Amino acid sequence: MRKSTGLWIVVIVVLAWTGAARAILTIEITQGVATGIPVAVVPFRWQGKAPAPPQPVADIVQNDLLRSGRFSAVPRKDFVSTPHQDKDVVFKEWRIAKAEALLIGSVRETGKDRYQVEFRLYDVFKETQLAGYRYTVSGKLLRTTAHQIADVVYEKLTGEPGAFNTRIAYVTREGKGRQSVYKLQVADSDGYGPVTVVHSPEPLMSPAWSPDGRRLAYVSFEQKRSMVYVQDIASGKRRKVADFRGINSAPAWSPDGGRLALTLSRDGNAEIYVLDLKTRRLQRLTRNHVIDTEPAWSPDGRHLVFTSDRAGPPQVYRMNADGSGVERLTFEGSYNARASYAPDGRSLTLVTRHGGKYHIGILRLADRALQVLTDTQLDESPSFAPNGRMVLYATEVRGRGVLASVSADGRVRQQFRFEQGDVREPAWSPYNQQLKYKE
Amino acid sequence: MRKQLYLWTMLAALVVFAGCAGDAAKKEAQVEDRSAGAGTAGAGTAAGVSGEAIDQALLSERRVYFAFDSSSLDGEATAIIEAHAQYLVNNPGIKVTLEGHTDERGTREYNLALGERRAQAVARMMRVLGVEGGRINTISYGEEKPVDTEHNEAAWRQNRRVEIVY
Repeated sequence: MRKSTGLWIVVIVVLAWTGAARAILTIEITQGVATGIPVAVVPFRWQGKAPAPPQPVADIVQNDLLRSGRFSAVPRKDFVSTPHQDKDVVFKEWRIAKAEALLIGSVRETGKDRYQVEFRLYDVFKETQLAGYRYTVSGKLLRTTAHQIADVVYEKLTGEPGAFNTRIAYVTREGKGRQSVYKLQVADSDGYGPVTVVHSPEPLMSPAWSPDGRRLAYVSFEQKRSMVYVQDIASGKRRKVADFRGINSAPAWSPDGGRLALTLSRDGNAEIYVLDLKTRRLQRLTRNHVIDTEPAWSPDGRHLVFTSDRAGPPQVYRMNADGSGVERLTFEGSYNARASYAPDGRSLTLVTRHGGKYHIGILRLADRALQVLTDTQLDESPSFAPNGRMVLYATEVRGRGVLASVSADGRVRQQFRFEQGDVREPAWSPYNQQLKYKE
Repeated sequence: MRKQLYLWTMLAALVVFAGCAGDAAKKEAQVEDRSAGAGTAGAGTAAGVSGEAIDQALLSERRVYFAFDSSSLDGEATAIIEAHAQYLVNNPGIKVTLEGHTDERGTREYNLALGERRAQAVARMMRVLGVEGGRINTISYGEEKPVDTEHNEAAWRQNRRVEIVY
């Protein structure tokens, strides 16, 4: 098991690098906050032959932190000094600059494609070091290292794990009509380094991460109708798991990774089934004449939520994992759909229609309170970050599909702009244990 | 098979056109021209010429349209489906594929199911009108294949459709 994990890391890294060269992406914060923990991120010192390091590590860390909505950046013009080592830190300067935390560090070229990254995080008021790590990595891992540093900072300052060193999957479409090319891609959580997992002249849909982050289930129309595939990301090996008569769609992994909930119309009408990936046994969960689709498991595996139009317009329902005990969860608004659970199981993110516009919302399960997080109008496909603090979704800007994210409290929003094509159906990966380093 | 039908439609259109060239212009308004880009010939010129000619015009309509989140067939859709069903009954060798589509609003997976429900609604009516179920294939593309990629009411109206393909 350990051995295969090691191999997997190498493959992913190589793929990520070849993709990174072509990535042209801008991230625009469309709504920010002035509050949050003020952090001073000092640009890391660079020691190497080239005029600059291959990746701006400190900038990547700062952007990650700002994107979370839980931090604010102390403006660099307020810096009195730019320390890189412990002995150069004068805490009083940072208190005057109104920083609560200070991050310093360096990137040093130690050999051919070898870099030593070092950082220290301080509590400015207590005048103590909160963390200090050193990494030795190749150039292609510098971005990953930066995301790991951001995760450490996030965790030390908020007490909760960060989710920056994770990935996102999404579908792009370039060209129109018969010239269309659809790609299922995987990129870093900030949208950089996209790698194409599969491409097709026919639509691709509904990417879903396996709980171990190694496989994606998705819908492909490559055989001129919807079928569900499961693909190993590293090897590219894939298996068709559902090609029944009618539609095969909306795959959702059980938390143990052994089963897929699916929407099939093999018995004449869109119903939810559970497919055991090992035994291939198929269990039907819903049974009626309406549309039942978009299943998603609760983190404990005991329930599934799904969309049904059994009461007229689509609404979100919950049932036990065996199909019993169906209960309607949404009552506010005439269209609520595609719900999925927060990692703690206490809330759902979903698509909700208000005033004719489709927004992303969060439904708190304890009291069924619905909070609308976005104000754009064709928002879809929301999914929680693995720490539950952000929601990634797709929206439409000036006629093009783009990805966007919003903090779970709705205060911070940003858009990821790819240079061309439509981007849709993002899915945030689970935590990526495979890519974690030892300190 | 497709070639055969094209030929047949073209021929029909020619006959109709020859027969009522002078009439066509003022009658045109009766048949909404929704066939732009559909690759069919001779739409919208034959209304009111004769019982049979109306069928030809309807037959050249390869799309039926729906209201938002609905799979109900209105009068116009019904007339088009009747014409195709009649043709299919008369030509037992031909199989038909009904492609259900939706507009972009709402969620993609729900729309995939909605597209199928639209295709099934057309299929059901064709069966009622005597087309054997085994000759009808339904598929859904949901919102994945819009004919109009704009993001407005006019585009959405064009995209909520079932395409009758044979």
